[in-house]
Amino acid sequence: MRKRWWLIGLALALCVVLFSPLASPDPDGLERVAEDHGFIERALAPVYELIPDYVFPGVADERLATIAAGLVGTIMVFGLTWGAGKLVQRKSEE
Amino acid sequence: MHIPDGFLNLTTAATTYVAAGGSVAYAARRANAELGERQVPLMGVSAAFIFAAQMLNFHVVGGTSGHLLGGALVAILLGPWPGMLVMTSVLAVQALLFQDGGLLALGANVLNMAVLAVLVGHVTYQGLMRLLGRGRLGLYAAGFVAGWLSVVIAALAAAAELAVSGTVAWGVVLPAMAGVHALIGIGEGLITVGVLIFLSLAWPDLLHRPVVQEGIS
Repeated sequence: MRKRWWLIGLALALCVVLFSPLASPDPDGLERVAEDHGFIERALAPVYELIPDYVFPGVADERLATIAAGLVGTIMVFGLTWGAGKLVQRKSEE
Repeated sequence: MHIPDGFLNLTTAATTYVAAGGSVAYAARRANAELGERQVPLMGVSAAFIFAAQMLNFHVVGGTSGHLLGGALVAILLGPWPGMLVMTSVLAVQALLFQDGGLLALGANVLNMAVLAVLVGHVTYQGLMRLLGRGRLGLYAAGFVAGWLSVVIAALAAAAELAVSGTVAWGVVLPAMAGVHALIGIGEGLITVGVLIFLSLAWPDLLHRPVVQEGIS
């Protein structure tokens, strides 16, 4: 296997994000059930908002804002998970 | 099915936090024995892909959408313990950065989607692989069922947490959540198989993780 195969994997994940503006805006399964059975209004507003609804704040075009949010999130998740894996791995070597 | 804050009462939120925290700590301890040189980058790539794919809501039926959960997929690729860490990391970023899933509800969301979904995906996949043999068709069939079941079980767990919290009646929420997620689970199964087919063609050695050596215990 190539040495930097993970770069290809990350690039593929970032490519997936490019399709995010095509995603269905409909409520998901839990939201649908909450709407149908009258408890959706119990949901509390978040205590703070950074990138709510996967729309990067300050980007005028909503499709681009969604893609920007997705790219940021994908890279953050990638780094955090790699770091967590390293941390767990190191513990075993000590 | 990211539960927002307000749906769970404090007792349920606290209990699920403890259960999720204990499970993830245990997963971290178990994972270190399994993490070779290649698994750590694979954890990063899997998490990146699952986060990205979770943004792609697909249409289900009657103005409802669903998206990949990914619990079964990581269980197949990485095994249950690294898989739980991957899903926890995805859910944490979604809650902290994107306000997708509540902060108080994060324990419940981790328990449902990072612990239960991965565990169910793992057990189902391993069981079916043993039953169906190690051929490609067996791999795909096992992947589909593992994906489907992982979503349905996670949804039932979420339903139980809502009912225990007194948010909605058991008899209402159990069938409603099971019904809609039985459909969403078909999408989960298809995407899981699609990724497995892609990987078996593009990176076959990725799927050659020694699958039986570590059980659940």
